Amino acid sequence: MPREAVADTHPLDEILRADRLPHIWCPGCGLGTVLGCFARAMLACGIPLDRQVVVSGIGCTGRAAGYLNVDGFHTTHGRAIPFATGLAIANPELVVTVFSGDGDLVAIGGNHLIHAARRNMDLNVICVNNFNYGMTGGQLGPTTPQGAITTTSPYGFPEEPFNLPRLLAACGAVFVARWTCLHVRQLEATMIRALQKRGFRFIEVLAPCPVGFGRPNELGEGIDEMWFYRRQADYDPQVALETLEIRMRKDSKIVCGVFVDTERPTYMDHYREYVLRKVEGGPGEA
Amino acid sequence: MKRRRVLTGRHFLLGDVACAEGALAAGCTFFAGYPITPSTEIAERLALRLPEVGGHYIQMEDELASMAAVVGASWAGAKAMTATSGPGFSLMMENLGLAVMMEAPCVVVDIQRGSPSTGLPTLTGQGDVMQAKWGSHGDYEIVAYAPSTCQEMFDLTVRAFNVAERFRNPVVILADEVVGHMTERVVIPPEEAIERWERPRPTVPPGELLFPFAADGDLVPPMPHAGEGYRVYVESLTHDERGYPVMSPEVHDQLVRRLNEKIRRAYHQLVDYDLVETEDAEVVVIAYGSTARSAHRAVRLARKEGMRVGLLRPITLWPFPGHVVEELSARVRAFVVAELNLGQVAREVERFTDRPVYGANHAGGRMMPPELILPRIEEAYRDAQGSRRRYTPAR
Amino acid sequence: MISPARSMPSVRTPLNAGGVRIPKGRVFILPERCKGCRFCIDFCPREVLMESPSMNSKGYHYPVVRPGKEEDCVHCGFCTVICPEFAIYTVEVSP
Repeated sequence: MPREAVADTHPLDEILRADRLPHIWCPGCGLGTVLGCFARAMLACGIPLDRQVVVSGIGCTGRAAGYLNVDGFHTTHGRAIPFATGLAIANPELVVTVFSGDGDLVAIGGNHLIHAARRNMDLNVICVNNFNYGMTGGQLGPTTPQGAITTTSPYGFPEEPFNLPRLLAACGAVFVARWTCLHVRQLEATMIRALQKRGFRFIEVLAPCPVGFGRPNELGEGIDEMWFYRRQADYDPQVALETLEIRMRKDSKIVCGVFVDTERPTYMDHYREYVLRKVEGGPGEA
Repeated sequence: MKRRRVLTGRHFLLGDVACAEGALAAGCTFFAGYPITPSTEIAERLALRLPEVGGHYIQMEDELASMAAVVGASWAGAKAMTATSGPGFSLMMENLGLAVMMEAPCVVVDIQRGSPSTGLPTLTGQGDVMQAKWGSHGDYEIVAYAPSTCQEMFDLTVRAFNVAERFRNPVVILADEVVGHMTERVVIPPEEAIERWERPRPTVPPGELLFPFAADGDLVPPMPHAGEGYRVYVESLTHDERGYPVMSPEVHDQLVRRLNEKIRRAYHQLVDYDLVETEDAEVVVIAYGSTARSAHRAVRLARKEGMRVGLLRPITLWPFPGHVVEELSARVRAFVVAELNLGQVAREVERFTDRPVYGANHAGGRMMPPELILPRIEEAYRDAQGSRRRYTPAR
Repeated sequence: MISPARSMPSVRTPLNAGGVRIPKGRVFILPERCKGCRFCIDFCPREVLMESPSMNSKGYHYPVVRPGKEEDCVHCGFCTVICPEFAIYTVEVSP
């Protein structure tokens, strides 16, 4: 067999905006990997691509929508979820995924996150957690582990971060999972399952950010952090949610799995039952 | 009476309710908002009426989410709106800019109250005029209407929806609490008599719309909707004609100019105003919203005193009817700008005239009494001559 | 940092190993997309890949097949899925 061959195109180029590749993410950044898993999941889940929409916020992860060849929206910081809410309500045929980062979804977007989960809005949220605000140079965020060094926590981050699976489960999300971007098979399968479910779904994906987080916190380059995931990741979907904090230290585990996979009526189910059914004589024509 | 989208007939309606009915008559299908006095009645009316006509009402967790949901719904094809007052309007500024940048048709109703900050929640003001034009960061044009009557709350809301669709821009209804909370006769015409404009749509099938943000002569690109197969990428970042983000000064300048120019070049289509007894006037009072009604009374009182005084009532605060001020400047000696703020429209007036501009101002809290305006008219009538050397400050 | 691949425990040999057909793969590279992250090289279960001595135009050493490993790719697809740059994939070839 001859050795490797050089190619011009990649099998996924059809679903990517290949004219915009290579993307802007750094060498060793995990976002491209997460994007690839999601692209495959979009193709494999059985939902026509014309009905799928991706909404992103601001940040490195927020650039993801711009590389996918489906209807995509790059919205304001923190507002991907309410924007997606508007889309989803105005056209219930749309299958809407919010693809954004820890800072965008959980800090400035935090209020929208918890309310959309409470409502059980029909949204699939992929939250890439790289523990910092990467796009703007590596500042702290609400998932930065306590003690971590960032440009705005030069003495070490004093606060305790969010435990995202616990937060989302408490808010009523019907599907809560966590993987690292090393767990590409599991991640893709989880993404397919999420796309096929209804209600508020949340997948936390850990990814290296060597420039913003890895190097300042002795996690090395992207490849080093991937090995860190390899050693420290543990699979336990039954574990108590309170124990799911991430410390990103040499001794601490990163527990992964699908923690919540349940059903409850979605926002639109409730709306039909409480509002439309009671409208005099039944719901009207638009 | 319910179930119909258009409640044709003669009614006695609260201004806020007339606004809501105007939205429905215009074809509104989506409302996302947050309760805030004195606009809450709009939300309450639409919470009741939208489900009756196949539309959707959702109360969001805050105004930031409300405006974001409005823009999202617009891109899914809805005629979307929200309603608020000053403090909420401030929160909506971020995504008002998003609506401009994404060219999403939408209507934002601001029933102004005493401001700044929490101010006077239940009492009137007119302090958000400049904010409507300049509140979001960057250069953008806004169309803003100032209803003075409950009938105008209905009529101008219909028009706002139509203009938003035609120009793919947010349009603001800048009412004040007096108009929002007063009850007057409103005549709603038959549905066939109400014009409904639609946003420009692509004329080519998916796969052939390669430059979704390229525009022809009127500078308004056709709008594909999410889910139609156009695979459109819509950016809040500066973007080129494909919609892709581009960090180039040239592309940025070109885009920002187009977004502004599409409104500016339609000035004469958009601008609207009323002139009362200005043909022989030596002093013209300029007032809008509820203050225009007080000003009208003050003008009549002044006429009784033998002064030749008229009234210019801007109906669009933006674009501001500057050309009318310019024309009047050729024959009047002075303007008196009466407003429930410390001189916001007065600044616009100053730009278009070299005549003295007198302010009749109050920060808000009640409908401006004519007794506040008349002395300024008298003063202007008595003192004004020649060109203005400097702005005469408000009392 | 040196990859600790060799320190990983090896799997036991399955009882039906003799009857199982192991696929064969051919590696395709898009050198200009590579950013030299090494995910594919480090995580290939057959250690088929290595850094090329040459660079792409951005200065990154893209992956190439190690000499002697041309027949070892089993089309597991891991490099395809782990690569953040859509710069490598395998195609199954008949053995």
